[in-house]
Amino acid sequence: MMNQGQIVTNHGRQIAGRVALLAGCAALLAWVGLPDVALAQEAAPQAPTAYRDIPYIGSRNLVWIIAQLHLLLAGFVLGVPIFAWLCEIVGWKSGDKRYDKLAKEFTKLLTSSYATTALFGGILLFLLIGFYPKLMAYLTDIFFPSFLVYCGLFLVETATLYLYWYGWDAMAEGSGKKFHIFLGFLLNVFAFFIMIVPNSWATFQSSPVVISEGSDFARAWAATWNPTWWPVNIHRLIANVVLGGYICGAYAGIRYLSAKSQEERYHYDWMGYVGNFIGVFGLLPLPFAGYWLMREIYQYNQQMGITLMGGFLSWLFILQAMLIGVLFLGSNYYFWLGITHRIPGSETQYRKPIMAMLIILLLCLAVWMTPHSLVASLAEAQQMGGTHHPLLGVFGVMSAKMTVSNLMVLVTFMSFIMYWRAGKQDTAGWAKVAKAVMGAVLALAGIAVIVLGVWGYFVPAIIRINYFSTSQVGIVIFVMLTITPLTALLLKSAKTTTEMVWGKMPPRAGYALVLNAVMVILLMTLMGYARSSSRVHWHVYGVMRDSSQYAFSPALGYAAALMALNTFLFCMLVAFIFWVATMGDKAKAAAAGAKGHAEPGGIPAMAGGSPALDETARDASVGHRPI
Amino acid sequence: MGGVLVRPIILTVFIYLFLKFIVPNLPHSAPLPSSLIFLYLMLTTAGIVIFATLSGASKDAFFGPIFRFLTGESGGALSSARYLVLALFPLLVGWQTYGSTASSDAPPGENRTIHPAPPGEYTGLSNPVPKTLDNINYGKGLYASRCSPCHGNFDGKGFAAAGFTPPPANFKDPTTIAMLQESYLFWRIKKGGVGLPVEGMPWKTAMPRWELEMSDEDIWKVIMGEYDGAGQKPRTWDESE
Repeated sequence: MMNQGQIVTNHGRQIAGRVALLAGCAALLAWVGLPDVALAQEAAPQAPTAYRDIPYIGSRNLVWIIAQLHLLLAGFVLGVPIFAWLCEIVGWKSGDKRYDKLAKEFTKLLTSSYATTALFGGILLFLLIGFYPKLMAYLTDIFFPSFLVYCGLFLVETATLYLYWYGWDAMAEGSGKKFHIFLGFLLNVFAFFIMIVPNSWATFQSSPVVISEGSDFARAWAATWNPTWWPVNIHRLIANVVLGGYICGAYAGIRYLSAKSQEERYHYDWMGYVGNFIGVFGLLPLPFAGYWLMREIYQYNQQMGITLMGGFLSWLFILQAMLIGVLFLGSNYYFWLGITHRIPGSETQYRKPIMAMLIILLLCLAVWMTPHSLVASLAEAQQMGGTHHPLLGVFGVMSAKMTVSNLMVLVTFMSFIMYWRAGKQDTAGWAKVAKAVMGAVLALAGIAVIVLGVWGYFVPAIIRINYFSTSQVGIVIFVMLTITPLTALLLKSAKTTTEMVWGKMPPRAGYALVLNAVMVILLMTLMGYARSSSRVHWHVYGVMRDSSQYAFSPALGYAAALMALNTFLFCMLVAFIFWVATMGDKAKAAAAGAKGHAEPGGIPAMAGGSPALDETARDASVGHRPI
Repeated sequence: MGGVLVRPIILTVFIYLFLKFIVPNLPHSAPLPSSLIFLYLMLTTAGIVIFATLSGASKDAFFGPIFRFLTGESGGALSSARYLVLALFPLLVGWQTYGSTASSDAPPGENRTIHPAPPGEYTGLSNPVPKTLDNINYGKGLYASRCSPCHGNFDGKGFAAAGFTPPPANFKDPTTIAMLQESYLFWRIKKGGVGLPVEGMPWKTAMPRWELEMSDEDIWKVIMGEYDGAGQKPRTWDESE
């Protein structure tokens, strides 16, 4: 018989054993990475859980990575249909089957990438509910009606995508084709609404509009129509076109580098050209949309505007200038390589204009990249009288940045016009007058943009923002709307002196295309961090404070490392999607190869250049085909 | 070395000399920090490489001499120079590594945000004092007695300015108060240097905390006098203001 002491001891041992077992299980659960269910800050036993965390990586980092990947994939999924639909229309109107094939090739990617995007969206939702239950309850309370709209949109988008993809061959001709193009239109309309509904949730967090009265729908509508909603919608829409175009270019670049036949080189060279063109087409209005967004943010809240443009996040905009600069240089470089390699004999003819454009681009970039507050040693700062240079400090403010971004857009547009006109001789009697008009328009526009930029320093900020900056944009748009139709009219009657040769680009052209895509992805990760960090320690700016252990802005270096990681992960995901989507083609190509002929697109997309490309580029012995 | 390399080298050296010795001697200028010179030289190098690689022929003409020199195909006196480069290169890397890792008593590079974001409670404020000539002149009087010893005649060149690093702000510069709203100045004058957030380096400014000396109304009047005296207008979102 055990005495009381033994019973207590045994009971104690049992309890200790169970506690040890439970502790072991808990440690095991923690080790496998299950979220830490402990309350973060709240000490009251009955208080609802506000935050949860996860060991090692931390809840914020995990949400950061998943949210960024979801956003990038969403940008891809929304950008590709625009790209594919535009290509399909061009193919339908021009009768050029290559465009239709290109559109189909990219629509094929949508099915797998759509599923991947939805998968990451689901993961993100679960993580948000798990890590930020209080915030999600608040957002659900406000936005529940739009959650339902979002679900409905997904249903119709998915149905339309299936019809669009699986009906491609069945609706290839006649009225069927017209209906197919209409389906593509619907696909993009639904995709646009799928983008702007969650945009309202994200922009609400930055610029909330909260009303306490009215129905659920009225509250949701007021919160949706917040000051930064439409600027973000437009900015993201254009950015998605840019992303879609440059990713198409990167895909073509990689396939071009690994191409084994001249036919493949021809196909992927052409595809790279189309991708770069659509990327540039979107890139030209993007700075204007970005400017409008920043203006709205600044007007909404001075603190948020200064945090972004003059405060601790202002260095992000110097990084942004570098990335955009590389993107502009890369896009122009690709155009210039196209002129010198696809149009034999044009190298000497266009060398001087290219040099002039390059110098203007670099000077503009130098101004754009010059910060207002410079990095200087103590001795250098003393010599300058602070970290603000007395002379070059004027480059650090918006008037200068806006001026050079307009000039860079103008130069890039002229690069395209030069490429378009290369190898052709005007025959129209009015060609000289037209060229003089175009030259005068361009020169006057350049001067006007610079004059307005300099004048902007001597007028009140509101005059510069409301009139001068918008006039600069208007001038650039006027140049595009004047020179594009004039050039098209001139080229209608022009004589082709040198036919364009596809498949002769050097390997560096392929690398330039890949670089452009990486720059766009990095830019999107950078701006994602900027938009999110501008809220500083608020979940919903001025309404719901972040009281978690992560209520601080990560250092820029730390953020840059995560941006790089996200870019890398996204590139891997896209490579995987491309690999999966082209797996069937490779099998078909292998079968066709066994029968004695290969189709373009049938070679595995392995990165790396073919050393023979430079040689073939110079020999130019095969395949002259007109554009 | 190939003649084709001479022009890029001359261009790079010229730009370096221009930035290092000519820009500082321009009117109202100062020496450029090495970070900015490095940035501009990187852009120059990028431009040279882009232009040199536009065609296969120009690429070969540009990189050919470099490859031939590094592989020893050039022959002659250049072979000896090649050995010299091969010997000096590791030493250069070693020197750079030592320079970047050795302990030093030099202070770290300065990365001060001149206009950090204001606290939320100041962002919605507007000047409650009517913009009358009397109020502006009153503000200018306060400015003369309280601010001008450091900020001078609105140009940052008061008699005490030479004693401060960084120097007092120049309000006539279009990149200072003209870019800011009145509420921003109200915060900066009221809370002074100690009210700055970390990125503004509060330890780097001697701006007094004027709320201890002046009423809010007087601070608003000083702001009006400051803008008027400097010939600037505050940032607003309404053209009628």
